[in-house]
Amino acid sequence: MNTSITTIDNSVKSPVQSRKGIGGKIVLISFIVAFALAPQVIGHYYITLLIPFFAYAITLLGFNLLFGYGGLLSFGHALFVAVGAYAAATLALNTGMVSFELMLCAAVGAALIIATPIAILASRYTGIFFGMLTLAFGMLFYTFLNKFYDITGGDGGLMLPRPTLLGVNFESANNFEFLAGPFYYYCLVLVLLLGWIMWRVVHSPYGLHLMASRDNAVKATYLGVKVREVRAIAFIVSALYGAIGGVILGVNTGLADPELAYWVNSGYLVFMTVLGGYHEFIGPVIGALVFILLQDELSTVTQHWRFFLGVVLAVLVIALPGGISGGFRSAIHRVRTKGAR
Amino acid sequence: MSSILNILLAGVFHAATLFLVTAGLQLIFGVQRILNLACGSIYALGAYVGITLTTWALANGLPPYLFPLVLLVAGLVSGLIGIPLERLIRSVYRRPEAFQLLLTFSLILIFQDVIWFFWGAEPQQLSNLTMTYGTISVMGVTMPTYNIMLIAVAVLFAIGLNYYLNATRSGKILRATAENHETGAAMAIDVKRVYVWVFTLGTTLGTLGGALVIPTTAATLQMGVELVVEAFAVIVLGGLGSMKGAIVGALIVGVIRAIALFVYPEVEVLAIYAIVLAVLIWKPSGLYGKVEA
Repeated sequence: MNTSITTIDNSVKSPVQSRKGIGGKIVLISFIVAFALAPQVIGHYYITLLIPFFAYAITLLGFNLLFGYGGLLSFGHALFVAVGAYAAATLALNTGMVSFELMLCAAVGAALIIATPIAILASRYTGIFFGMLTLAFGMLFYTFLNKFYDITGGDGGLMLPRPTLLGVNFESANNFEFLAGPFYYYCLVLVLLLGWIMWRVVHSPYGLHLMASRDNAVKATYLGVKVREVRAIAFIVSALYGAIGGVILGVNTGLADPELAYWVNSGYLVFMTVLGGYHEFIGPVIGALVFILLQDELSTVTQHWRFFLGVVLAVLVIALPGGISGGFRSAIHRVRTKGAR
Repeated sequence: MSSILNILLAGVFHAATLFLVTAGLQLIFGVQRILNLACGSIYALGAYVGITLTTWALANGLPPYLFPLVLLVAGLVSGLIGIPLERLIRSVYRRPEAFQLLLTFSLILIFQDVIWFFWGAEPQQLSNLTMTYGTISVMGVTMPTYNIMLIAVAVLFAIGLNYYLNATRSGKILRATAENHETGAAMAIDVKRVYVWVFTLGTTLGTLGGALVIPTTAATLQMGVELVVEAFAVIVLGGLGSMKGAIVGALIVGVIRAIALFVYPEVEVLAIYAIVLAVLIWKPSGLYGKVEA
């Protein structure tokens, strides 16, 4: 990175402070090791929760490019999660090909085809209009999934057979052994790979353009940033991440379910992102993990878990807008400044 | 001919309910710049309170022909929920739109389970009350008289709101606050009180819509979330914050829905949203909305 870009990096009020030193690396590596060892240590049940976590982690890393870095709140992002799951299922049902890599390709291709026109259109707007437009597209797709029985299987969805990974067919393993074994590690690697790519994207000149467009679109335009183009790209990239997350969710349940596209699920995506903290690169990932564990715990305790989730969300919005990672950072900051005194 | 009239009447009837809910939504957005995603939950609350209050009143010897009055009372009483809700939402007035949307989204989750907790998951309905007033026949189309009454009530509310906003002192204060709340405050408008009043008024329109529609349909846990979809279509079509937009948007959505249900039911919501998208692309601020950056 040359010096001129570094100076820009410091002057832009960036949500990510790239002073992740050696401490950050140690934390990151220990987390990777923990997740790699998890299937050997924790119970079967929790492993089945971690796969949706991987799926949402990928989806939200993409979503936060748009929301955290781009400042654009999409209230219809569940659409792309559903696109991923349905693309994989359609591929498997129509061609009989069950390679996971091909499913990912189909999902990315489908998301690209659907997201590009929406991105071109939606990038004209910001704020509440952007939110409404994306919500409208989400609703349109949801009804399409529900009503066009011949293509989408209607409200029953489409079956998604167990895929082969890198051409290997895990026939001898039962469903759980497959999910908790090879599929788990495959998804973990996918999260790390896509996380690394996203890290590079937000720290590239493009990422700076996106943040500049968020902070002051007029000024950014004067400085030569193609604001609309930059936003449209963020939308498309976030759609691709959503579709990849959708394939994992679909394989995990064996079903491409129209409920994936429901607008309330788009709301949950925003919820998770804010829960973890959208100012931090890793925030949405933390949010996904906490949300899944919280939802799971609450639903075993009470059937009215939505009520408590709602309360958590309300408290979060009012009292802790920085989310978990934001609260963590300010706590560290407080300790440090006290130590300095 | 009669089938066309039939569709039109069904559409206008649906539009009447939609108008009540979206008028509240528009009022709140117009003055406070807050888009209340929980408008559907408030509508559902009105419906459930309406059922409970009417059932109770009938069991205590209320003559059946008076039930619309009970529903009006139910709508007005449950609208008072707006006062504590405003207190909650007050905390995000100065925050980014994303947080305002999320807070109202959290209300959806809370409301849905509160209603489930008090009224159970089974759909509920008021049996046969619409038939108290019999049916009415216009040019070969038969319709329950109650439906016509509801349309009339919605029209009355539209006229009343128009009068209130344009001709009364309180209405003028409200519009002044919508225009610029700081200048309003400088002119000795108690903005805080205006906000409480507007939010409660908006909520009450929503609960009234729910309470009044309930003799003609069943109350379900999903009714709130489902209504949001159509209410959104209305305000996007009409333009955010515009009362005229709420009327025209509700009529468009109501009639399109009725036509779609008659011609090809599969495309009901699809047809509505195809038109919404067309309007958003052609005129993003909606038919009567103000242009915004």
